Amino acid sequence: MTCLAWVAFAVLSISAAVAQPLPPAQQQHYHKLIEQLRCVVCQNRSIADSDAPLAADLRKLVRRQMVQGRSDAQIKAYLVDRYGTWILYKPPFSPATWLLWLGPAALLVLGLVWALWLWRRTRRRRSPAAPDVEALARILDE
Amino acid sequence: MRRLRFLLPVVVLAALIGLLAFGLTRNPHILPSALIGKPAPQFSLPKVAKPEQILTSAAFQGQVSVVNVWASWCVACRAEHAVVSELARRSDAVIFGLNYKDQRPAAMRWLEHFGNPYRAVAFDASGSVAIDWGVTGVPETFIIDANGIVRYKQTGPVTLQVLEQKILPLLKRLQKEAA
Repeated sequence: MTCLAWVAFAVLSISAAVAQPLPPAQQQHYHKLIEQLRCVVCQNRSIADSDAPLAADLRKLVRRQMVQGRSDAQIKAYLVDRYGTWILYKPPFSPATWLLWLGPAALLVLGLVWALWLWRRTRRRRSPAAPDVEALARILDE
Repeated sequence: MRRLRFLLPVVVLAALIGLLAFGLTRNPHILPSALIGKPAPQFSLPKVAKPEQILTSAAFQGQVSVVNVWASWCVACRAEHAVVSELARRSDAVIFGLNYKDQRPAAMRWLEHFGNPYRAVAFDASGSVAIDWGVTGVPETFIIDANGIVRYKQTGPVTLQVLEQKILPLLKRLQKEAA
C-alpha cells in the first residue's frame, strides 16, 4: 500500500514538473486560448476538452509558446500555418468566408425587403377593396 | 412567367436539398492541407534504423518525393503498406517514411516483417515534426515536387484506387515537369 502511494506521489510530482504551472493570470488566459482552438481529430471539440493525444500535444505546444512570451495572435498564426484556418473556431474574415460572415445579415436584409414589399402590396390591394361603408348602410336600411 | 411563380418555393427547396445532399457526400475528416503549394516544412530527424544518421528536408530537392507518415501501432498503416510497396514498384519517385510517435524496436520489426519500400525513414518520437506538417493522424501521405514544394496530401490510407487514379498520374506529371 505504501509502495503504491509512493508510486502515485512520484508520478504526480513528475507530471507537475513536466507541466510547469503557469501563474494564475496566465493560466486563465491559457484556458481561454485553448478553448478557441479546434481539435483536428475530434472535430466537435476544442483542444481544451479533447482527449485525443494530438490535442494534448497541441495544448503542450500552446503552453510552451505562452511561456516563451508569444502573443495569442502569434500562436494562432503558427497553428494556422500548419492546419489551416480550420483550427480556429472563429474563422477570419476573408473572401472564402464572406458568405459565412455576411450571409446571415444578407438573408435578414433580403427578408426585410421581401416583407416590406408584401406589406405594401397587400395595403395597396386592400385600399380600393375597402368596404364602402355608406353603400353597406344603404343596403342594410333597405 | 407570372403564372409559374408558385413553383418558386419548390425550386428554392430543391436547391437547398441539393446543397445539403452535396454536403453529405463530403468527408468532414479530410481537411484541406494548409501546405499545398508551399515548401515542405524543414526538419532534421534521426533515421529509425541508424539513429546516428540524420534525415533532413534537403533530401527532397532534385527529385519527386513521396512522404508517408506511419506508425507500427497503426492498423490502417498495415493495410496501406502493401499499396505503398506497390507504389515503390510502379514508380521511380523516391519514397520517404516519417515514423510517428513510435518505438524504435517496434518500427524496425515492422519494416523487417512487412518489407521496406522507403529510401529512409525519419524517427519522429515526439510527433513535433508531424505537427509542422499539419498531420492529423496516421497514415497520411504527401507528394513533393522536385523543387521541394508540397503538391498533394492524402489523409488516411492510400488505396489502390487512389494510387492508380491520383498518385501515379500526378507523379508522372511532376516528373515530366522536373525533366
